[in-house]
Amino acid sequence: MSKLLIQFRRELAAYFRSPLAYVVLFCYLLLTGFNFHFGVSALNMTVSRVTVVEAFFNTTLFWFPFVLVFPLITMRLFSEEYKMGTMETLMTAPVRDGQVVLAKYGAALFFYIVLWCPSLLYFVVFQWQTQIGAAGAFGAYFGAYSLLLLMGMFYLSVGCLASAASRNQIVAAMLSFAAISLMFFLSIATFLLPSVGPEMREVVRYFSAIDHMREFSRGIFDSRAIVWYLSMTGFVLYLTLQVFQSRKWRGA
Amino acid sequence: MIEVEQLTKRYAGLTAVKEISFHVGKGEVVGFLGPNGAGKSTTMRMLTGYLPPTSGSAKVAGFDIVTESLQVRERIGYMPENVPLYPEMRVSEYLRYRAALKGVKGRKIRDRMTDVIDLCNLGDVFYKLIGNLSKGYRQRVGLADAMIHEPELLILDEPTIGLDPNQIRQVRELILNLARHHTILLSTHILPEVEMTCGRVLILNRGKIAAVDTPQNLRKKLHQSGTVVLEAKTESLREAEKFFGRCEGVSGVIAEDVGEGWGKFEISVDEGFEGDMRQQVSALCTERGWAMRELTRRSVSLEDIFTQITRSEEALHV
Repeated sequence: MSKLLIQFRRELAAYFRSPLAYVVLFCYLLLTGFNFHFGVSALNMTVSRVTVVEAFFNTTLFWFPFVLVFPLITMRLFSEEYKMGTMETLMTAPVRDGQVVLAKYGAALFFYIVLWCPSLLYFVVFQWQTQIGAAGAFGAYFGAYSLLLLMGMFYLSVGCLASAASRNQIVAAMLSFAAISLMFFLSIATFLLPSVGPEMREVVRYFSAIDHMREFSRGIFDSRAIVWYLSMTGFVLYLTLQVFQSRKWRGA
Repeated sequence: MIEVEQLTKRYAGLTAVKEISFHVGKGEVVGFLGPNGAGKSTTMRMLTGYLPPTSGSAKVAGFDIVTESLQVRERIGYMPENVPLYPEMRVSEYLRYRAALKGVKGRKIRDRMTDVIDLCNLGDVFYKLIGNLSKGYRQRVGLADAMIHEPELLILDEPTIGLDPNQIRQVRELILNLARHHTILLSTHILPEVEMTCGRVLILNRGKIAAVDTPQNLRKKLHQSGTVVLEAKTESLREAEKFFGRCEGVSGVIAEDVGEGWGKFEISVDEGFEGDMRQQVSALCTERGWAMRELTRRSVSLEDIFTQITRSEEALHV
């Protein structure tokens, strides 16, 4: 078994052994459940060309817990080990820094995927109960969930970076929350600030999560978004590795 | 096994370790001794690859600690100070995970676990959560972890800190047992521990090596014969004090009246004095017709040596 896999299993076990994981899973399920309910009720009231999938992924109630969940998932990854001193036992074992970063990131991503799995059931139950398709085509599911994964990869890497940078979990959580919500609400801000011209708005659209979701949940795959998320994930993970290694010359 | 050359670690505004050099041979048990903040832990962290040195170099089992860190780490079993562990894991899970992480191959893991559980007496807590263990057991889990991959070298940072006397004795016995197959570098600020377990002592003070020797030699070197304590019935305490003070090889006498005509004399012996001061004192007392009820030599403990070395070092720094 490779070191990466061994460490990944230990990180994963650490997730599912902490009570926080189940609180997060429970609350998230509850909130997305409400969100689904609201989405469907809203569609019931009006005549609209929006599908259930689109309605589910584009409400405020969807975005609010979405932004909040990343700091919760990632805050303990590195900070806890710094604080407890277990980083010393871990890093004096024959394991590479890169393997540790990837294992921790991989476990966070796995947890994130587990977090989203139950939501697929909503659509199954909806179709079973109403005999109406929740989406116009299968591509809408595929688009929405691919984007969820892509955004998750990026925001989780940001969370990893914040956790690697701080010994304090709360500080790590606040850092990543600030960074993620800043990127996230940038596109809204351009509409709120009158001084921003249409050119600027156009630029921001390229990395606006809300705009991406609007398209992907219709089944439109925008390769620019895919490239953006994947390359940013790679870049931020590289930064995480650098920050993680900086403990050596900082003399922590 | 360990070759350290001019190793230095500088933190911002503080030099924790200053150009230390030492060698540890295969099979040796070497003790790092020093007050808190002397640089013991920093040196150990550098040897285990956790901290890179600012300058200088060190090799463990022939591998450089900076450029061949992975190879070094494969050969070291390290127990950090205060033994950080994952509280949410069971002892069994933790040891299995650590064994795998340190490259013990699948089938051997079970054998190694049985071995270390036996050695460290962990059978009773095998399935317990680490978070619920007492300090003594946690310490032993740390030790078990350190040796699970049969490392050539064990580095133990304060292995007995925070234990009760019984547990301290158990851990010391364990270390003595391990010394048969492993090279051990341990740090402590408890002196009897070094005297009991180590073949050689490195005294660190303010980031420098203040002395290197066997515990016995150190004692010999620093105080040839120490102090002789005598309790005798003399006519006059002051007179007897002066009398002993004039004797050959005596550098000082402290007399104290202990009642009913008995006096207690602490006679310090000159470093250059050859022979047994007790014999001389006893002969003098018989000659004078003084009754004796105690005559002992108080040997210098490592404690005294330690204080002396670190104090004289401090004097140099002032």
